[in-house]
Amino acid sequence: MNPDALQAQLLAAFYEESADALERLESGLVRLDADAGRDLIDDLFRAIHSLKGGAGVVGLVELGPLAHAIESVFDRLRRGARATPAMTTALLRGVDALRGGLAARRAGRPDGAACARAVTELEQLGAAVAPTAAPPAETRLWAVTIAPRPDALRDGLDLAGVLAQLVELGPAMVTTELDALPPLAELDPARSYLRWQVMVSTARRREELLAIVAWIDDTCAVAVEPVVAEALPEPDAVEAAPPAAVPARDAGGGSAAAAASSIRVGIDKIDALINMVGELVITQSMLGELDDDAPLDRGRLARLREGLGQLARNTRALQDSVMRLRSMPVGTLFNRFPRLVRELGERLGKEIALEISGPATELDKAVLEKLGDPLIHLVRNAIDHGIEPVADRVAAGKPPAGTIRLHAEHRGGDVIVEITDDGRGLDAARIVATARAKALIAPDATLDERAAYQLVFLPGFSTAREVSDLSGRGVGMDVVRRHVLELGGDIVLDSRPGRGTRVTLRLPLTLAIIDGQLVRLGDRQMVIPLLSITESVELDPARTACLGGTLDVYRLRDQLVPMLDLAALLELPRHAAQRRILVVVTVDDAPIGLLVDEVLAQQQVVVKSLESNYQRVPGLAGATILGDGQVAFILDVVALVQAARVPSLAAAAA
Amino acid sequence: MTIADQAQLLTFFVSGAEYGVDILRVQEIRGWSAPMPMPRTPPFVKGVINIRGDIVPIADLRERLGMASQDATATTAIVVLRIDHGGRSTVRGIVVDAMSDVTTVDAAQIKPPPDVAEAAAFAALARGIAIVDDKLITILDVDGVFPSAPSNDNHDAVDASAAFATP
Repeated sequence: MNPDALQAQLLAAFYEESADALERLESGLVRLDADAGRDLIDDLFRAIHSLKGGAGVVGLVELGPLAHAIESVFDRLRRGARATPAMTTALLRGVDALRGGLAARRAGRPDGAACARAVTELEQLGAAVAPTAAPPAETRLWAVTIAPRPDALRDGLDLAGVLAQLVELGPAMVTTELDALPPLAELDPARSYLRWQVMVSTARRREELLAIVAWIDDTCAVAVEPVVAEALPEPDAVEAAPPAAVPARDAGGGSAAAAASSIRVGIDKIDALINMVGELVITQSMLGELDDDAPLDRGRLARLREGLGQLARNTRALQDSVMRLRSMPVGTLFNRFPRLVRELGERLGKEIALEISGPATELDKAVLEKLGDPLIHLVRNAIDHGIEPVADRVAAGKPPAGTIRLHAEHRGGDVIVEITDDGRGLDAARIVATARAKALIAPDATLDERAAYQLVFLPGFSTAREVSDLSGRGVGMDVVRRHVLELGGDIVLDSRPGRGTRVTLRLPLTLAIIDGQLVRLGDRQMVIPLLSITESVELDPARTACLGGTLDVYRLRDQLVPMLDLAALLELPRHAAQRRILVVVTVDDAPIGLLVDEVLAQQQVVVKSLESNYQRVPGLAGATILGDGQVAFILDVVALVQAARVPSLAAAAA
Repeated sequence: MTIADQAQLLTFFVSGAEYGVDILRVQEIRGWSAPMPMPRTPPFVKGVINIRGDIVPIADLRERLGMASQDATATTAIVVLRIDHGGRSTVRGIVVDAMSDVTTVDAAQIKPPPDVAEAAAFAALARGIAIVDDKLITILDVDGVFPSAPSNDNHDAVDASAAFATP
């Protein structure tokens, strides 16, 4: 492997590690105020220590002093110093600066300024001891910019030698700027289009650097500048998205783009995969033994059958494992929130405790990534509009500190993410009035409270009396809802005036493959996602009844289950229907029976989007192609049932 | 006359009249196979078919043009087109009575569609009418065959308010 490729690989690995370390630091620091325990501090110390070491190995020199300063603070804490909120804040800023420095590096524009500023802040805090292990004081970071004249190559410029000499001076990073590179068709190979920037950390004086570049200064514009800390605008302390999202500028290595789509996978998952492939090989050799010209007698047929069965199991297990590679615990997302809540609460003068449960719930990485923004918006909303100021809370007889709860769990075939606050709740009457005023609903429409709450998801709806700089940025709940719908999910809001608000997101586990139950309706086959089915029963006419002349129900053990004719829900043409199987699904925690003609095989189906060539069809989650090439629709059970508007049977069942 | 002034049309018959589409928009021509009807879609959308693993919606051109549909015959065919849908390139099919020919027409031969109220559905879909020899070929605006769905926002709004309007 050539040294450049090795360096690129090291960098990529370091970026991934550092993201982990930064996350650990951040979530740990947020807990520091409440719990300055030895374990936590040790963990923080280890995180920054390995980050510092890693940065040194890959030559990210500008991060060293800052990492060291942070480490020093933790070291003092380990020796018994007390953590103060000011210290936490400074440390958090330091972590931000590290993140910013890393992002700048990835973007190909190393920038030591913010880091240097953070070091100063930590030192001013009086918390940081002088960085003894840092590079000697006279070592500076130099930026050497080399811009060859267009005709430099004709004059025999040999830049490689100069660059090599510069790099030998100390830890260095060479960046090639490709901005001026024309399209291939217009490229004149004898012309020079590139520019280079060498960041090198060295104790040499400027004159010595100039001496090296003196060889080329007749053909190139050369600048040698020390990298100085300059005043940067105050970073928005409430910005929740870490600044790691600096647009990746592909500075020749391509590592930034590659890293963005990579995924860290636990070794246990890989081991499971390897086991599975081992099984597959065994099955293959078992079947291979049958592949000769001997006649297929009874014994061999039995072995063939067994082998095929095993193959089916292996394939299934392998598929499961591979899909699991894509899933990540939702905790990686939840971990962003302690800090957001802490800082927003501080800024608004509200006391807020954040409770997180179910962080180990796994979710497809693609879903997880797109969940971040909606979730941040919802939490901001809860803090800004939901939780009351301390005085109001006390007056209402509530504990002074508000609570926001983030919860995730698997339910049915979906992942449920809930954001709950114990704030003032929503005002249904005001919501309805606003919706009427904005002509979002008919003037004479009457809605129950639950329906009224869902109005906040309509585009153009906002009851915020004044635009707040936190949640009223013109991004409304309709955008949140659209994001969730795009993920194939669903969002429901529930609220009790004075008691709080709960927003429930229902998200698909994965987007690609589902377990399906094939059912027959007339001459059509449909797929019902298996995980939404609780049971299927043969219809016993004696147990059916019609409530109020409109609602068919089925007496299932001691429960009354509303029955819906799936064919009618799907607006299928009338058929000489048999409808003799009741498929019981759970929607909104209530059982609903769907009438079908027949229950066929269970199989895994590959979800094909209807949107790719058409558009979203309400009630359909997608389509799939069956073994015989026929298209079958995958039903979106929740949407179908909700559209049917089955009245609640809570009273009837009691 | 330059190439730009000419267009090659794939032509076919619907209800006795000849229609044409820009041949560069045609992906393939398939024999009739019954599509899987899709619930909650406009009547002229006959359903979807499986084209090599892609789910492709099919429109009945007769119904789209405001004519009565008819049962498939031996000559019924599906013309699979690349259709621009709100900036996205999609693959969709149209059902036609029978295929005809590939014809080259000059820009000069193309006349605007008649502006008659009675033929509104027709005029909305016609980019022009080419007069070739003594035949009239209606040039279809392929992107208009599937009317652009309302944007997601409006769609949701309609949906939601409809659902909320009744107690």
